[in-house]
Amino acid sequence: MTAGPPLLEVEGITKAYPGVVANAGVSFAIRHGAVHALLGENGAGKSTLVKIIYGLVRPDAGRMRLAGAPYAPASPAAARAAGVAMVFQHFSLFEALTVAENVALGMERPPPMRRLTARIRAVSGAYGLPLDPDRPVADLSAGERQRVEIVRCLLQEPRLLIMDEPTSVLTPQEVEILFGTLRRIAAEGTSILYISHKLEEIILLCESATILRGGKVVAGCDPRQRAARELAEMMVGRLIAPAARAAAPGGAPVLEVAGLSLPPAGPHGRALREVGLTVAAGEILGIGGVAGNGQDELLAALSGERRAAAAAVRLDGRPIGALGPAARRAAGLCAAPEERLGHAAAPDMTLTENALLTGAVRERLVRRGMIDWRAARAFAARVVAAFDVRTPGTEVPARALSGGNLQKFVIGREILQRPRALVVNQPTWGVDAAAAATIRQALIDLAAGGAAVVVISQDLDELLELAHRFAALNEGRLSAARPVEGLTLREIGLMLGGAHGMQAARPEAGRLAHDPA
Amino acid sequence: MSGLAGIDPIAVAAALIVASTPILLAAIGELVAERAGVLNLGVEGMMILGAVVGFAAAVATGDVWLGLLAAAAGGAALAALFALLVLGLLANQVATGLALTMFGLGLSALIGQGYIGVRPPPAGRLDLPGLTDLPVAGRLLFAHDVLVYAGLALVAGVWAFLRYTRAGLILRAVGESHDAAHALGFGVRRVRAAAVVFGGACAGLGGAHLSLVRVPQWTEGMTAGAGWIALALVVFASWRPWRVLLGAWLFGGIAVLQLNLQAAGVKIPVEYLAMSPYVVTIVVLVIISADRTRAALNAPAALGRPFHAAG
Repeated sequence: MTAGPPLLEVEGITKAYPGVVANAGVSFAIRHGAVHALLGENGAGKSTLVKIIYGLVRPDAGRMRLAGAPYAPASPAAARAAGVAMVFQHFSLFEALTVAENVALGMERPPPMRRLTARIRAVSGAYGLPLDPDRPVADLSAGERQRVEIVRCLLQEPRLLIMDEPTSVLTPQEVEILFGTLRRIAAEGTSILYISHKLEEIILLCESATILRGGKVVAGCDPRQRAARELAEMMVGRLIAPAARAAAPGGAPVLEVAGLSLPPAGPHGRALREVGLTVAAGEILGIGGVAGNGQDELLAALSGERRAAAAAVRLDGRPIGALGPAARRAAGLCAAPEERLGHAAAPDMTLTENALLTGAVRERLVRRGMIDWRAARAFAARVVAAFDVRTPGTEVPARALSGGNLQKFVIGREILQRPRALVVNQPTWGVDAAAAATIRQALIDLAAGGAAVVVISQDLDELLELAHRFAALNEGRLSAARPVEGLTLREIGLMLGGAHGMQAARPEAGRLAHDPA
Repeated sequence: MSGLAGIDPIAVAAALIVASTPILLAAIGELVAERAGVLNLGVEGMMILGAVVGFAAAVATGDVWLGLLAAAAGGAALAALFALLVLGLLANQVATGLALTMFGLGLSALIGQGYIGVRPPPAGRLDLPGLTDLPVAGRLLFAHDVLVYAGLALVAGVWAFLRYTRAGLILRAVGESHDAAHALGFGVRRVRAAAVVFGGACAGLGGAHLSLVRVPQWTEGMTAGAGWIALALVVFASWRPWRVLLGAWLFGGIAVLQLNLQAAGVKIPVEYLAMSPYVVTIVVLVIISADRTRAALNAPAALGRPFHAAG
């Protein structure tokens, strides 16, 4: 932290899209060597602001200054040339290319491949981010992919490093090591703009914060001086009641899975190995895990998209492992996958049609092969009303709804079918806090009504809040479930597979990264 | 099977190299376009337009070189139209490519009306004193027209470009994930347009090889499906340049064999041989898709997907 003018000054940045003002007069400043948080809900304008700083989007109004000089990048290349690097939330990596090729693509003037390979090894080792430069990215885990992005940025010796929600794919141990790396980078004089909606992380890592709500700066503060609840209220603008969980039940087992093994479905898929679980009536089982460890595969195996041996999945004792999704729904097992558009809902079909697609069997919306449109519309309208889905009506395409509203719809559509067992994957991913609270409460209420609920999520806080018992998916294997009561974050991290080979940054890391060779 | 004895293997091999050149040129161009993520089904149309434009230019100027240049320009122009529709106006790639083939066939017939039965200026062959006269190698290696060597050089060039240059890396990156490439600041549309136009120029040259060197004269629809074979060839080669060369020789060999077998009086219906490249391609496709974990790694991941720049 050095005195003098800030590294980056943002003044009155405004950017409007048709129908929405993403940023309205946003101003803030980042000091040299500071870790600055940009905090806000989904849709608060964080992404747009970051894209403007990185040269991907041009603002309608406003100015920026970098180290005192006017800064208006016309492209990411210009931003990189000025010393601004970015690690993306959805990785900007090329699966078929090797680590070294991916790094080379992100650099303005990459050295010859052999020298680059050596530098990647040196820098990644020094910062505790081990990487093999010659491996294709397709073979890497999510955590390793993030290392590629970070190393790619570090090799450019940036003055400002932007990190967009970097911890969503990491285990707690990996997060800890990442924070060590980031503190070391900051100590060497590189400023970091850290975007997140995870308050505990920001309190741990950042020394200043700008809070965005509805595209406007609502507060600037030192997060270390604030409680997480205070920050949350500033971010959301009102109080959020935590979901109320019922006591752990002692019901009979409803959903039982035993010895479920499936080969990977595609080139980048995971195999499920000997997965077993039991969920009782009234119980919520939380399944955590770093992305790509078999979550999608587990959901597909439970929903019936992929079939297994009949005895591998049982509902109320009845073997249903060989049944398809419609037959399982009829039996009482409903599911909502992670991807809203294109998996849970057909984007270009209306809400009524989407309600019909999964509700046809249990809600008797089809009679002798003919669709009962009136009943279908009524069912869709019930979902919209019960889950406060903000939509002009049931005849709009699913694509037109915001992420949070569509998520409420696809979850609500399953819950209103009164399933015996419900499996959801990432039920509140990319959903604003209010909608997330609605969805969580609905899941709790469903369980309280006697259903068995499986929540697969990468958000550990969510699982700890919802679940009675917790199990971890790691490389396609499911750990034994443990009661959430009394579980520590550290224990959970070890269940999730620990640090995946990461190690703390070594003291000489900085010298290596800045070595001109 | 006494007929087989009448076939001269060296003559067949030499003819094979010549016969494979048009599909080799077209396929290597299409390979570049597909590695950039654009599926251009208009290869047949670009080839035949190249054939007629090259023919007309050569006849008009009396210079084969100018003819070849015009052929490349003709193919490139049609490809540029495709690029404008598909990349600029986000038209559907498959439908536009099919339309391009129809359009090319029709336009070439129109342009070629006055050229039926005309003889073009003769195309030169390599003639190196000493080398060309060598007993076997001379006929195999040193007695072809320029385009044969150009085709080989192009394969080597494209291979080296994709493997060793930064521009080649960017082109592959664009074909793998246009969103990621865009996020890094690469001009996805520009790269793709350049790749498509290059592919068009190559297809045009391939067509000109038919009308100026191999046949040489102009007849309507003379490409007779060579463009489709070239498309199949790219898939057959699983998007690798050297395998394109191998496949071109294989498919070209089938065509030559077909003529020789007929001349030698072997009774195999022509249709079997004519359909064999496609059958082989389907078999190869099945083989490379059989291993599910590897299948998707072969094709460029963004192939045929439209790119909308967001924000």
